[in-house]
Amino acid sequence: MSKKAKQIIPKKTPMPEQAPAERIKNYDEVPRGYTVEQAMAEAKRCLECGRPLCVDGCPVNINIPAFLKLVSEGDFRGAINLIKETNALPAVSGRVCPQEEQCEGKCVLSKRYESVAIGRLERFVADWEAAQGPPPIPELPPPTGKKVAVVGSGPAGVTVAADLIRKGHHVTIFEALHEAGGVLVYGIPEFRLPKAVVRREVEYVCRLGVKLIKDFVVGAAETVDELLEEYDAVFLGTGAGLPWFLNVPGENLNGVYSANEYLTRANLMKAYRFPEYDTPIVRGKRVVTIGGGNVAMDSARTALRLGADESIIVYRRSREEMPARAEEIHHAEQEGIRFELLTTPVAFHGDSNGWLKEIECIRNELGEPDASGRRRPVPIENSNFRIPVDVVVLAIGQSPNPLIAKTTPDLKTGKDGVVIVDNETMKTSKRGVFAGGDVATGGATVILAMGQGKKAANAIDEYLRTGAW
Amino acid sequence: MADDTTIKLANEDRHSSDPAEPGPVTVLRREPLAPNIQLLTVRAPVVASKIQPGQFVILRADEFGERIPLTVADWDTVEGSVSCVFMQVGTSTYKLGKLKAGDILPTFVGPLGKRLELDRWGTVLVAGGCYGIGSIYPVVRALKEKGNRVISLIEGRSKFLLYWLDRLEAVSDQVLISAKDRSIGKSRDGPDAVKDLLDSGERVDRVIAIGCTFMMYQMAEATRPFSVKTIVSLNPIMIDGTGMCGACRVSVAGETKFACVDGPDFDGHQVDWGLLLARRKAYLGPETDSGER
Repeated sequence: MSKKAKQIIPKKTPMPEQAPAERIKNYDEVPRGYTVEQAMAEAKRCLECGRPLCVDGCPVNINIPAFLKLVSEGDFRGAINLIKETNALPAVSGRVCPQEEQCEGKCVLSKRYESVAIGRLERFVADWEAAQGPPPIPELPPPTGKKVAVVGSGPAGVTVAADLIRKGHHVTIFEALHEAGGVLVYGIPEFRLPKAVVRREVEYVCRLGVKLIKDFVVGAAETVDELLEEYDAVFLGTGAGLPWFLNVPGENLNGVYSANEYLTRANLMKAYRFPEYDTPIVRGKRVVTIGGGNVAMDSARTALRLGADESIIVYRRSREEMPARAEEIHHAEQEGIRFELLTTPVAFHGDSNGWLKEIECIRNELGEPDASGRRRPVPIENSNFRIPVDVVVLAIGQSPNPLIAKTTPDLKTGKDGVVIVDNETMKTSKRGVFAGGDVATGGATVILAMGQGKKAANAIDEYLRTGAW
Repeated sequence: MADDTTIKLANEDRHSSDPAEPGPVTVLRREPLAPNIQLLTVRAPVVASKIQPGQFVILRADEFGERIPLTVADWDTVEGSVSCVFMQVGTSTYKLGKLKAGDILPTFVGPLGKRLELDRWGTVLVAGGCYGIGSIYPVVRALKEKGNRVISLIEGRSKFLLYWLDRLEAVSDQVLISAKDRSIGKSRDGPDAVKDLLDSGERVDRVIAIGCTFMMYQMAEATRPFSVKTIVSLNPIMIDGTGMCGACRVSVAGETKFACVDGPDFDGHQVDWGLLLARRKAYLGPETDSGER
């Protein structure tokens, strides 16, 4: 490491992106990615500090200073190989991680200046690698003869599969939908995470020898117990697919969508290309999205791209408490999305044909902090008002799909059906069954799901080798 | 590093001992049963070995297609096949009507939904209309095997829209037929036939109805005054079929349910029919638009 003090460059190298007025008319990715020169310049901003806190901030502990150093030297192959030692999906996490709360939030520069753009650089090297053609397949160890069933092909499942195949085990992924990737394909929109990126990552694990069986619903076509007759271990990476509703009057009117349905229609079923694709979606002129997380931002921005004149976010707390990534809120604002903060829907009103016409809301003020540490919204009496609306999207959260828990009696679950696991090994209450990602957290981030996938893969490998539970 | 081909082969070897591999779902045959009503039979051995009366599958006709839920009309574990009856109403079912033997379906997933509750109740009347005439066949067969006296009732606008009379006769104690234009049978429609039967003092312990939403609604209304438990197989719009999107939410006994995982079978006397009928119509405009492209 260089001893001489580095010159501080206070601001991040700006990310080239599509202009807001232009991008709301298409579905293409918003940030275009750094050029080689921009990436090398940005990587040089790293101060190479003595105790790099960024690594602690990363859920999969990527050796960030070392990869930045390689990027600054133009050794992109070295950089991507280093990242891939701990992160199977860098092109994904570089795009969707909440870096400001993780690596970048811990960066020493961020105390007074802007942090190093670690996420953008992670994305850069992953995209650079993809541009070089399909990555070489590493030599795999001799087969162990052990078989693992991975249920769900989202970030947790793909991580587990990639790690276990490289340890010589036989891995089969079961996916309920017709495309692999889980929330990365049905939930996160193309303009934030191009589906080609996901497909590339899934193809890579298949080239490693992982078998992918799509259109197969575990819990319906076969139970976990039936899988255990064929496989030595099962990993549940089934995500948090059960959408929450508000349980207020009028919620079943036509025009009221769960975010899962809205985004699945738009993304997985490609309703944004209707009628080229057959699946329709209601294209409202005024769309209200309820919620303040990434899913809400994705939905509100999707509505614009589907032709809404006005896309409004209704959130019950204030801006401070919004759980979405900073970049998503920023992009949403740039695109002209209106925020109705401290507001809660209390009813939906429709016409005689069962179509949504108005949403009735109540204003809140902030009270004492609740269990989450955020200040609780307290309704202000008689503050009700109505917004005329064509489409409402409910992005208020989700919990694990109960299908597997219902058909696996000895699998212990907690609040909202979250599968109970040991946090170090990701073991469930059932011998031979592991779980990770949103099914075990109730809904968190892609990178946390991958981090848990890593832990689970190590524990599964140990279990397969020793037989000890 | 070894060369790529060797590794690929080694990697492929790992799969030699895999269990029942679903493989591509190919169309075995497609037969017209009546105008606009067709029978599609596909090779899907895993689904065939698992499916039970009342359950459904979701399929897509091509890479651009919608995910369409269809109740199964029959299955054959020896042939490894599953058959569904569908009615051609919009773009997606129009595409199904173009499939030919050997075509590969990009999506075919099942079994989905709960199994229909089957028991020995005594006399069970099973009513089917349009695609439901096919869907009731495995239900009737299973109820007969359970030792029930089974009356099948098929209905349509006219005689030429009815099918599978012979198949149903083979597994039923009695088959009632009704056509709105009276071209066959005595009653105006299925619900009327049920009313007539119950009015005549015939003891019926349970009614099961599968068909278009309006027919099931009328059937539930027909049996309500007689307090005969009436199970209906709801057919709301669905996407994933695994409880992930909530498109198929229905209200039963005042509670929101997902038809794909909580159903599709519910007590017809508890269903909010107005809501279901309205939600079924959500995409009538766009569906027609995409068909005209």
